[in-house]
Amino acid sequence: MADKTKLARQFIQAIPHAQELGMVLEEIGDGTALISMPYDQKLVGDPQSGVIAGGAVSALMDTCCGAAVMCHPDAPGGTATIDLRIDYMRAATPGQAITTRATCHHITRNVAFVRAVAMDDDIDRPVATASGAFTVENGF
Amino acid sequence: MSRPRPEHIQVVKQRRDAALKALLDSVPYIQFLNVSFDRRGDELTAQLNFSEKHIGNPFLPAIHGGVTAAFLEITAVITLNWSHLWERIESGALDPDEMAKGILPRQPKTIDFTVDYLRSGLPRDAYARATISRAGRRYASVHVEAWQDHKDKLFAQASGHFLMPQDHDKS
Repeated sequence: MADKTKLARQFIQAIPHAQELGMVLEEIGDGTALISMPYDQKLVGDPQSGVIAGGAVSALMDTCCGAAVMCHPDAPGGTATIDLRIDYMRAATPGQAITTRATCHHITRNVAFVRAVAMDDDIDRPVATASGAFTVENGF
Repeated sequence: MSRPRPEHIQVVKQRRDAALKALLDSVPYIQFLNVSFDRRGDELTAQLNFSEKHIGNPFLPAIHGGVTAAFLEITAVITLNWSHLWERIESGALDPDEMAKGILPRQPKTIDFTVDYLRSGLPRDAYARATISRAGRRYASVHVEAWQDHKDKLFAQASGHFLMPQDHDKS
């Protein structure tokens, strides 16, 4: 179990695009992952408001969901996204980091089901939610 | 009943290309991901110019699912905005020079976006085109398809809903 979490942690931390976005793996284990992404000018999608692009939030959600799958006790190895739906509830506040918590709430031999929520400093009002299906791979 | 003489080809091209460039240059995230657009008349094709920083799984290697999602969403928003602004660009109501200075109309906002991952994204350039299924006054529905080597072998597709900027919104 601890080994699986360690492996998942190493894998997530080795993802070039996650590093590029400055993602930090805050918590991982037992099918749940928490990843934060600092505010950065280069990720802005709306120049007038300074709000982070939806695509950057998607990348964070996708990474966090994958991490949740890999650290699930029944997951034998890596994973890939089959589909991911994101609902954008409100604009993230400019200047604040975005944090995502993803939970792999069900897993079979072939498919893992994941839900995630993204927040800024105001954790009571989610910025976005996601739900997706992921593959269950034997290796990485 | 003589129609006005058509504008010179360079005038038309310069206006459209300048307006599109202003839209793209204004968004830091589009520059960060290195997405460019090819224009044929009003039709746009997006191109994700591959970089090692797009990699999600270094073992395969494959493009990060989040990069694919972001690429498709950029294609959808830009295509929708472009189509929404087209009349005003053509009529001269929007001045490309002013747009380049950052005086831009508000962009559509994503309500939801669903991505289907059909194949793993190979470490090379990718292309995408968006189709506007419905452009309403308040809401729009957009479908996007992305491919790499073969146009008919999509590696991802997506559909999403967008909230259109309202007239009472500033600028």
